[in-house]
Amino acid sequence: MPDVDVIVVGAGPAGAAAALEAARAGRSVVLIERGPFPGSKNMYGGVVYGRILDDLVPQWWEQMPIQRWVTRRQTMILTDDQALTVDYRTENWGRPPYNGATTFRPDFDAWFAERAVDAGANLINSTTVTGLLRDGNRVVGVRTDRPDGDLTAHVVIACDGVNSFLAKEAGLYHHDGAENYTLGVKETIALPRDVIDERFNVRGDHGVDIEMLGASPDVPGGGFLYTNAESLAVGLVLSLPALAASGLRPEERIAQLKAHPAIAPLVEGGEVKEYSAHVIPEAGFDMMPELIADGLLVAGDAAAMCLAAGIWLEGVNFAIGSGAAAGRAAAVAVRHGDTSATGLEGYRARLESSFVLADHRKLRDAPHLVMSDLAQQRLPALACGVVEQLFTVGNPVPKPGLRRIVRGEMKRNGVKLRDAAAQGWRALRTFG
Amino acid sequence: MSAESYPEMSFEARMGTVDFRIHERPHITLDDRKCVDCSVRGCITACPANLFVPTADGGILFNYEQCFECGTCYMVCNEEGAITWTYPDGGHGVVFHRS
Ligand SMILES: Cc1cc2nc3c(=O)[nH]c(=O)nc-3n(C[C@H](O)[C@H](O)[C@H](O)COP(=O)(O)OP(=O)(O)OC[C@H]3O[C@@H](n4cnc5c(N)ncnc54)[C@H](O)[C@@H]3O)c2cc1C
Ligand code: SF4
Ligand code: SF4
Repeated sequence: MPDVDVIVVGAGPAGAAAALEAARAGRSVVLIERGPFPGSKNMYGGVVYGRILDDLVPQWWEQMPIQRWVTRRQTMILTDDQALTVDYRTENWGRPPYNGATTFRPDFDAWFAERAVDAGANLINSTTVTGLLRDGNRVVGVRTDRPDGDLTAHVVIACDGVNSFLAKEAGLYHHDGAENYTLGVKETIALPRDVIDERFNVRGDHGVDIEMLGASPDVPGGGFLYTNAESLAVGLVLSLPALAASGLRPEERIAQLKAHPAIAPLVEGGEVKEYSAHVIPEAGFDMMPELIADGLLVAGDAAAMCLAAGIWLEGVNFAIGSGAAAGRAAAVAVRHGDTSATGLEGYRARLESSFVLADHRKLRDAPHLVMSDLAQQRLPALACGVVEQLFTVGNPVPKPGLRRIVRGEMKRNGVKLRDAAAQGWRALRTFG
Repeated sequence: MSAESYPEMSFEARMGTVDFRIHERPHITLDDRKCVDCSVRGCITACPANLFVPTADGGILFNYEQCFECGTCYMVCNEEGAITWTYPDGGHGVVFHRS
């Protein structure tokens, strides 16, 4: 008999959800985390979309540790010295059941892992899993860096994040080239609460989420700025190969962003309290590994389930959705006494019938579209150029027609009508 | 956009904001004999902790201590066997508090 029914590796959102669901189904569960506490190794931009917790933690919004509820969301298009912003605010996102909240991962992940512990999972911190134990092709447990650290189980659920050495060791990855990954870097910048309220035009525990296009002109990616209670999170997401070849380091790029005329007044006078970095699986559906093997399931970033599609950067909710599905599928398989790949097939069915694979399948072209040179450089310049001309009063010259402005800006930015139309059509098919 | 117009902190001060619980075992090692043939040297630009420092003789000096454990270096490296990458022993390495 194995030591436990289910071993979950990694106490991020995917692992905590998997452990919670397997434990709730009555299985014995060990949740292993290499950091001294869950969340200690994890950084992200800043917003958790909590509705995925409805089924897992009743009234979650009354207990989840948050910084601010996001009631204002902006998409900003930047060139060197221009900014075009779409700004949306709604009070609906500031009352139950809410929409998104800024929260620190060391707080959120620790809180969520505790919910798994409440359900009966055994959380073991400060323990690194160094490999899989196998019997032939079948995964039967894990090796850890503790003395006598081998642990066996009916099912291992790999929720070990973006580098997933477990999924790689099991041979499940086929598209893990650097071009499918981005580096996220960020600064947490302290500012007094009332300064943040004033600069961002919010009150109480309401806050702002700003996503930026054109924030790192020569390297595909994006920028972000989020408000916490008494700090801002400012950072960039950068395509790995382009960054590596660019000669300009990540922190220099953050400095540039902070000096942008549209951003500088927002961050001015703030003190950097923490600098952080983490890699993101960027390519979505097309890079996903095989998800199921004999005795093994893969969930969350370990399975490249982060949705990184320009205006969306959602990984925590996808991690929780996939982790919960893995935990439930593992529990059923253990109960039925078949934890082979066939016995674990229920995992795929659960993912297919939920937002996790539905959104990823629908948006599979989005990462390529968003990271294209057209979307990253030429469209931002074009959009800013058009708006600038539209609102520049050039008396005594009469106002130019919109069509002429657009044509002129397309030409200046090397955007061909045919390319724009083709890209627009692809975008409509993807996002529409 | 000019970086000069913003008073920037030193890189040491930047890394000083991060909590590292250093273990005596280097979790990443570099065989920089492999680096001599590398033309891109992407690690130097991309490592967010700036841990890859070129030396006068064409090698690379590497220190594992202030590492985010992000994985960027082994992903951008194009010389097989230059970087040997593992996670630090449990409980050690970077600890985030406000991210
Ligand atoms: C810059 C940036 C901005 C982002 N912004 C957002 C955002 O605003 N909203 C959002 O929803 N998502 C965002 N994401 C994505 C999100 O952070 C991830 O998708 C999410 O964290 C994935 O959760 P996970 O549980 O799968 O993996 P992780 O959160 O990475 O957790 C993996 C866990 O496994 C542990 N572990 C790994 N290997 C081992 C091992 N061998 N032994 C033991 N433990 C191990 C790790 O310590 C870690 O705790 C962002 C990501 C980045 C980098
Ligand atoms: S990219 Fe790899 S081979 Fe090239 S210099 Fe860096 S570590 Fe050496
Ligand atoms: S893992 Fe990340 S922080 Fe550590 S050395 Fe490699 S690139 Fe630098």
